[in-house]
Amino acid sequence: MSEQMTAKVDVDLAQPSILSRRSPWRYLMLLAGLAVLVMLPYWIYPPVAMDILCWGLFAISVDLLLGFTGLLSFGHAAFWGGSAYCTGLIAITWGVPFPVAVIGGSVFAMLIAWPIGWLSVRRTGIYFAMVTLAFAQMIYFIANQLRDLTGGENGLQGIPRTFFGIDAVENDSFYFYYAGAVLIVIGIAIAWQVVNSPFGRVLTAVRDNPARARALGYDVEVFKIKAFVISAGLAGLAGGVFAISHGFASLQELAWTTSGKVVLITVLGGIGTLWGGLVGAGVVVTLEDYLSSSGFEGIGLITGGIFVVIVLLFRHGIWGTARNALRRFVLDRRRATRD
Amino acid sequence: MSEFIQYTLQGLAAGGFYALSALGLAVIFGVLGVVNFSHGACYMLGAVIAAVLLAELSLGFWVALVVVPVIMFGFGVLMERLLVQWLLALDPLYNFLLTFGLTLILVEAVKLRYGVSGLPYEIPAGLGGQVTVGSVNLSVYAIFACVFSVVLCLAVGLLMTRTRIGMIVRAATEDPGRTRALGINVGRWVTPVFGFGIALAGLAGVLAAPTRAITAEMGSNFIIILFAVVVIGGLGSILGAVVAGFLVGLVEAYGVAYAPAYAQIVIFVLMAAVILVRPSGLFGREEVA
Repeated sequence: MSEQMTAKVDVDLAQPSILSRRSPWRYLMLLAGLAVLVMLPYWIYPPVAMDILCWGLFAISVDLLLGFTGLLSFGHAAFWGGSAYCTGLIAITWGVPFPVAVIGGSVFAMLIAWPIGWLSVRRTGIYFAMVTLAFAQMIYFIANQLRDLTGGENGLQGIPRTFFGIDAVENDSFYFYYAGAVLIVIGIAIAWQVVNSPFGRVLTAVRDNPARARALGYDVEVFKIKAFVISAGLAGLAGGVFAISHGFASLQELAWTTSGKVVLITVLGGIGTLWGGLVGAGVVVTLEDYLSSSGFEGIGLITGGIFVVIVLLFRHGIWGTARNALRRFVLDRRRATRD
Repeated sequence: MSEFIQYTLQGLAAGGFYALSALGLAVIFGVLGVVNFSHGACYMLGAVIAAVLLAELSLGFWVALVVVPVIMFGFGVLMERLLVQWLLALDPLYNFLLTFGLTLILVEAVKLRYGVSGLPYEIPAGLGGQVTVGSVNLSVYAIFACVFSVVLCLAVGLLMTRTRIGMIVRAATEDPGRTRALGINVGRWVTPVFGFGIALAGLAGVLAAPTRAITAEMGSNFIIILFAVVVIGGLGSILGAVVAGFLVGLVEAYGVAYAPAYAQIVIFVLMAAVILVRPSGLFGREEVA
């Protein structure tokens, strides 16, 4: 029974990294990534580009738990949406520059994540997914109940985009994209730093062999809670920027379909790849934007269909598949040159 | 006092829907190790099919009560054969995600076909109205739904404990490897058990049809509460699913009656309390972490 419970997702991080950390390719790829980041609002409608970055960071926060700690949170909408509301309320009430409001929202997400994480890590695997899902739904009902604060079904409207009186950022979504992207990049950098730190190594150990990690003296539950709270903070960062970008926060942000969508993006991008989240977000957000602008009604058919297909046939996701193909290619080349 | 009895009855009737569905969820989980996210969608399908049978073929409630579980059984068998079986050997999270994707498809498909407003369904003739016991007015249909689900849960319980099939299923739940070693073809039971679990969800849907608004979204909240039910009862436990189902139904009904603002939240507080005190659920076995 317990064997099937432990959430070991089949990521092959154990393979030695063929593209070594010092390799110039790494920097080239990073540069290419930054170039795409800068050019994105030239290619697509800037608010959609902003959505891609927000969902990308959101998916990265889920991957931090799923891919690197072995916990599938199916309730991350609570932190994304909780932060969206909190960010909006801070921005409306005090009119502070939006990054301050977003950081406030992110801190709020971490505050609600702590008790939820504390309770949820008592269960593992599939139970963890169910428990987080249920707690997120509880947050949804609470938000719906606090109508005076959240606007209930109507959502929180008229969130201002205050930014030190700089008119271009406040009113032009093209320039706002760059201001928001800075926050998202900081979030991604934090995620990267966490994964590649000694702390991140312990998380991987907790994922692969919790009993052994415990035997080595690590308090498994405490590490899980910390990872959960950090992940919620990143989800909150993304949700806050999302709320500012759209100028409103709705109950939809807290609904379990949102939790599901971000898991879809994570799996599509590739579990345990971190960067895959951005790729997955690019695909899902542009696809949804295309479908809704072309007047197609059944978006759920498409997203659900993608879900079924990737889970059945494409479990490494886009980034994972590309990485494996690259590894195989490099290995073959090496073998060929050696012979 | 009379109000309290009414709420209790409503709670037990709603609890019956939860118990039947959670029973299906528990049986599927026990034998296949799959947490079926689409269980709420199957409950919704049961109600929608009942409404469509009535509207297009004018087949009433009693026919639906027999026909819908049969249809849903077939649907479950198809689902298991076409999709679920390919992921059984992998981490259960994959089937959780697969059935989640399936939920999105089913809900959207029903929404496209039948719209977002509810389908009409009336309380069947002979079960309408109220009955007065002493000074208390009780809805006849609520009594029927309550008794029906209790009887059904007992029947499934007897099936599980008194028959050879039940014995095999329980053994397969307990230890599939050893059951196989004793010469029982566990694989043969996987598909029918899955279909049976889905049929129970569909049946709960038919039972709920006369009392709830039949919409594509009716399963969306249901599935979350169902998860809370099985977490409270202990996912591996069939008895736990039934007891927790009725318990949650009662808690919800009292919540709606005495603290309407917090009715939905109370269930999750109950779940949190159970996790805090007994992480494996009221009737669950201890997990080896």
